[in-house]
Amino acid sequence: MDRRSFLAAASAVALAPAAGRAQSAQITGAGATFPAPLYAKWGEAAQRAIGVQLNYQAIGSGGGQNQIRNRTVDFGASDAPLTAEQLQQSNLLQFPTVMGSVVPIVNIPGVEPDQLKLTGALLADIYAGKVTKWNDPRLAENNPGVGLPNLAIAPAYRADGSGTTFVFTSYLSAAAPEWKQKVGAATSVRWPVGAGARGNDGVAGTVRNTRGAIGYVEYAYAHTNRLTTAQLRNKAGNFVKPTMASFQAAAGNADWSVPDFAASLIDTPGAESWPIMSPTFILLPTNPQDVARSASVMRFFDWAYREGKQLAAELEYVALPDQVAEAIRKAWAESVKGPNGQPGWPAR
Amino acid sequence: MQQAATIPPPAPPIVARRHAGSLSDAVFALSCGAAGVLVLVLLGAVIVSLFLGGWPALSAFGAGFLSSTEWDPVQDVYGAGVSIYGTLVTALLALALAVPVAFGVAFFLTEVAPAWLRRPVGTAIELLAAVPSIIYGMWGFFVIVPVMASTIQPAVIGTLGELPMIGALFAGPPFGTGILTAALILAIMVLPFIAAVMRDVFEAVPAIYKESAYGLGATTWEVVRGVVLPYTRVSVVGGIMLGLGRALGETMAVTFVIGNANRITPTLFGPGNTIASLVALEFPESQMGSLKLSALLALGFLLFIISFAVLAISRWLLRPRAAGR
Repeated sequence: MDRRSFLAAASAVALAPAAGRAQSAQITGAGATFPAPLYAKWGEAAQRAIGVQLNYQAIGSGGGQNQIRNRTVDFGASDAPLTAEQLQQSNLLQFPTVMGSVVPIVNIPGVEPDQLKLTGALLADIYAGKVTKWNDPRLAENNPGVGLPNLAIAPAYRADGSGTTFVFTSYLSAAAPEWKQKVGAATSVRWPVGAGARGNDGVAGTVRNTRGAIGYVEYAYAHTNRLTTAQLRNKAGNFVKPTMASFQAAAGNADWSVPDFAASLIDTPGAESWPIMSPTFILLPTNPQDVARSASVMRFFDWAYREGKQLAAELEYVALPDQVAEAIRKAWAESVKGPNGQPGWPAR
Repeated sequence: MQQAATIPPPAPPIVARRHAGSLSDAVFALSCGAAGVLVLVLLGAVIVSLFLGGWPALSAFGAGFLSSTEWDPVQDVYGAGVSIYGTLVTALLALALAVPVAFGVAFFLTEVAPAWLRRPVGTAIELLAAVPSIIYGMWGFFVIVPVMASTIQPAVIGTLGELPMIGALFAGPPFGTGILTAALILAIMVLPFIAAVMRDVFEAVPAIYKESAYGLGATTWEVVRGVVLPYTRVSVVGGIMLGLGRALGETMAVTFVIGNANRITPTLFGPGNTIASLVALEFPESQMGSLKLSALLALGFLLFIISFAVLAISRWLLRPRAAGR
């Protein structure tokens, strides 16, 4: 074990009596950066509540997938779901933890937050370089009464490979067949126009610096930094604002009865649904070498589904519906088995 | 340069313990030799592992990998054309901006500045080289980019951008980031390296040549142009190559300000990408065994080859010359 985990173990032993707990379990995870702030909060709270200490490294979804395939961590985390074959091949169980949303942000002189109304097709055409001016008739048609200037549109995107880009391009692919055919959806794509920046902060900085810019960031980031977000038209044809209410509506309308919990929250039905949302996933080995550590991972997320909703809401994430959490517990009991076939869940 | 003039210290007196001395000599020679060989082995291992890792991409796309401008992770098609172009253009532009200034600095420090000013200015230039590149990147993104986006680029697009022919170089939306901004940051980063080499070689010009020229009535500029530059020409080029090597491999600072687009645009304000920044951005989301990871390793191999060639040339040009002329 490396020095850090030795120190962590030493401090856990030192702190355990103070917390009134005899045992302290350590789990390690690596992967997606998008849920990392929440996992950190959950980790702190869970250590006090159930004595499970989480060491999570936000190295990106691709890195998380690599690490769990090599079994160098107890669980991997990924924003993009793996395919059934990939899961089968690496003996992994996939389950979601929370949902997050992606919102468009703009910098147009004279346009207030949530004033601009956009559609998926318009967003795709803006990022394809077909709509190039803010006073384009198609934009004006959706925005009567908004003074849109004769200003070039400067699209900004995430230059680093990211789950946010995967979610956003999934939405553009769903909204515009031509985007799906020419560009597609992935953690990084071949953007036809625009400039890239690193991370949410890079995109937000580029949009702030550039008159006429448009970008996309995670809602939590837009909310805490009070960025100028825009409305989107959902599947039901209504323009919705990016608010917790519209996220909850979308989450409630998702179809979770799909294999591997790989539910799509892109363009969900419902009058109030926000169209760009995504769950973020955990990858857990179905054949753990150390069943006790694997059980600790499940205890951790079991606790998070029951007690972590408040923390999730504080950080602008959307918690999973209870029936989904129940289905996940069932999947744990069925799938995760130790070397001798002993079940990893319910944890003992 | 100065070491050559110092007298070597007298050899220590040899005392009786001849046997022990020869053993420790052998151990010393062996361990020094091992350290030297280790570096060569490490270098070779890096090249080999980059090449082996990049081989799937190189064999899949063939020679077209070098020239193809496609970089499409969705279709799994990769080419190095855009990033090679971006790497070379930003590095050469950076040199075009940095070399005249570096020459001015070196000239000032060796010929013009009063003696008491030479050390502080020289130290300040060397300190510029010690600033971590992430600092240059953040400074570029938060200070230079807004200035470029709000003032410089709109003004240039409105004036030079309207001209025929060269207007294409200064067109496009004013993002603030782009090839030119990256070259500007790179120029500041390589400036101290080039200036330091130039100053050292200017100082190495034998005083007698300069004094002779002054004695014939030459002005300071004539001495520099007619005596100092011809005498140091090769070393100056070597110093410039050293700066070029640094500019080619710079990663973080460029990533912040280049705009990160895998397209070749004719305009200097347009976004681009360099090999190093593309690898830094795409590496965390590349899966083991994927063609994308292989393409990134192949890019690393190409950068290694380019940098190695540039540094080898600079070493060769900067080699100590046996006798003056």
